[in-house]
Amino acid sequence: MRYLLLISADEVTAQERKVAGAYDRFTEWMADLERRGVLELHAGLHPSPTATTVRVRDEEVLLTDGPFVEGREQVGEFALINCRDLDEAIEIAAGHPATAIGQVEIRPVRDA
Amino acid sequence: MTGGDPVAAVLDAVFRAEWGRVVAAVIGAVGDWDLAEDAAQEAFAAALPAWRRDGVPDIPRAWLITTARNRAVDRVRRARVGAVKLRGLAGEAVTDLDVDLDSLDSGLTDERLRLLYTCCHPALSVESRVTLALRTLCGLSTAEIARTFLVPEATMAKRLVRTRRKIALAGIPYRVPPAHLLPERTTAVLHVIYLMFHEGYAATAGPDLIRGDLCDRAVDLARLVAELMSDHPEAAGLHALLLLLDARRAARVDPGGVPVPLEDQDRDRWDAARIGAGLATVRHALRREQIGPYQLQALIAACHATAPTAADTDWARIARLYDRLLVLVPSSTVRLNRAVAIAMRDGPQAGLDLLAAAGDHPLRPAVHADLLRRAGRAGEAATHYRVAVGAARNDAERAFLTRRLDECAEADGAPAGPVPPAAGPDGLGGLGGLGGLGG
Repeated sequence: MRYLLLISADEVTAQERKVAGAYDRFTEWMADLERRGVLELHAGLHPSPTATTVRVRDEEVLLTDGPFVEGREQVGEFALINCRDLDEAIEIAAGHPATAIGQVEIRPVRDA
Repeated sequence: MTGGDPVAAVLDAVFRAEWGRVVAAVIGAVGDWDLAEDAAQEAFAAALPAWRRDGVPDIPRAWLITTARNRAVDRVRRARVGAVKLRGLAGEAVTDLDVDLDSLDSGLTDERLRLLYTCCHPALSVESRVTLALRTLCGLSTAEIARTFLVPEATMAKRLVRTRRKIALAGIPYRVPPAHLLPERTTAVLHVIYLMFHEGYAATAGPDLIRGDLCDRAVDLARLVAELMSDHPEAAGLHALLLLLDARRAARVDPGGVPVPLEDQDRDRWDAARIGAGLATVRHALRREQIGPYQLQALIAACHATAPTAADTDWARIARLYDRLLVLVPSSTVRLNRAVAIAMRDGPQAGLDLLAAAGDHPLRPAVHADLLRRAGRAGEAATHYRVAVGAARNDAERAFLTRRLDECAEADGAPAGPVPPAAGPDGLGGLGGLGGLGG
């Protein structure tokens, strides 16, 4: 099963915690993913104020400065994994340091 | 409706007892929940004419599982042929469906357990878990479940579809979880069974206090889990608790359907066999010396079950058990029940003092009113009964509370004095020691 992990948190808090060293476990988390051999793709994102949201209405391209959902909680990272089942995905998600302050949404990926 | 037809009566009984096993066995073989249920339904439908013609088979379950499996397998084969043709046309590689068509007749017990753990997976909402367990394991129809939860049938059908789809698409594994997940998952399973029973024991809406069918299903499931998880003392604790609570069923409402308080119940009408089984089960659980909330609640229920009369109730022991329970489960429900137990031990004022710190709870107005009534403060009690009547969960409770309200309002006009001990109803405010759940 393939899952997209959407890792989100309060961006300000996450930044503070990062500086305070709370994300040191992140290295362990990535190592665990490598060890399990489940990681297909992982990327960290720049903060949400750098986002641009695009809509097309009446054939006109409309741009918004910022993410499509406003708010303090924003996706800051994602990972595409291929693992056994939801239980393994939950185990992996629960190991991510962001879960202590924010959350990880696990979305099953559709078959091609 | 069996209408005196012996075969139909047998089939009815087999359905109640074996539906879950049949479905579980077919899911185990073909891995498809919808298909398994359809096939099980077809097998039960085919059984009636076949058994009338050929007689009831020696092992009805085996007949049903074989029939259901064959139908499911036929459909899988047909679908596979179709899929092969389609993929052939698309020029894709053909891979076998990952289905073991013959691995069926062993491990039936485990199949049911797998089904239960999958239905109760914590990635599903609690509502979905209860619903799916009732449908898949207990064989209640969508219409019956909809009635139970007082939602339109279409809504319930949608919820079931959504739940099954999530299990399939999100990759919720069909298995008993591995050892490191087992304690947490077993707790989730026990909780679902408890909720099912509780809904039957004190219906959250509708005309009746008790829904006996739900109580029966929950007791059955609790027995099953206790059997299958024989080294899990809380599973046995839950089974014991449900047996002891359910033993009071016949005495809990009067002929008019109005709740009878625990202390006014005719104890001769309690089910002695259930009490005996409950006491044996809790004793067995305690041998493992891993006390937990369900065992504590079973012990509380056992105190009531073994008191020859209401006046003999060992409230000091019950209060101590609630002290222990509060440490494990610091909820407003447990606080409320503990306040009642302490009131019964030390007098109403002691309970009223604790009530202030108990926090909000739907049954709090009823408990508050009852303690005031016991303290002889009829006027204040009436005020709180009025609030309680407005918050009542079903018509039966409402009728009981209204009667109390009238009594207190009348007493308020009469000379003041302590009210002789009567009680809050069993099922209202936990004066029956209802296992910390106020129901």
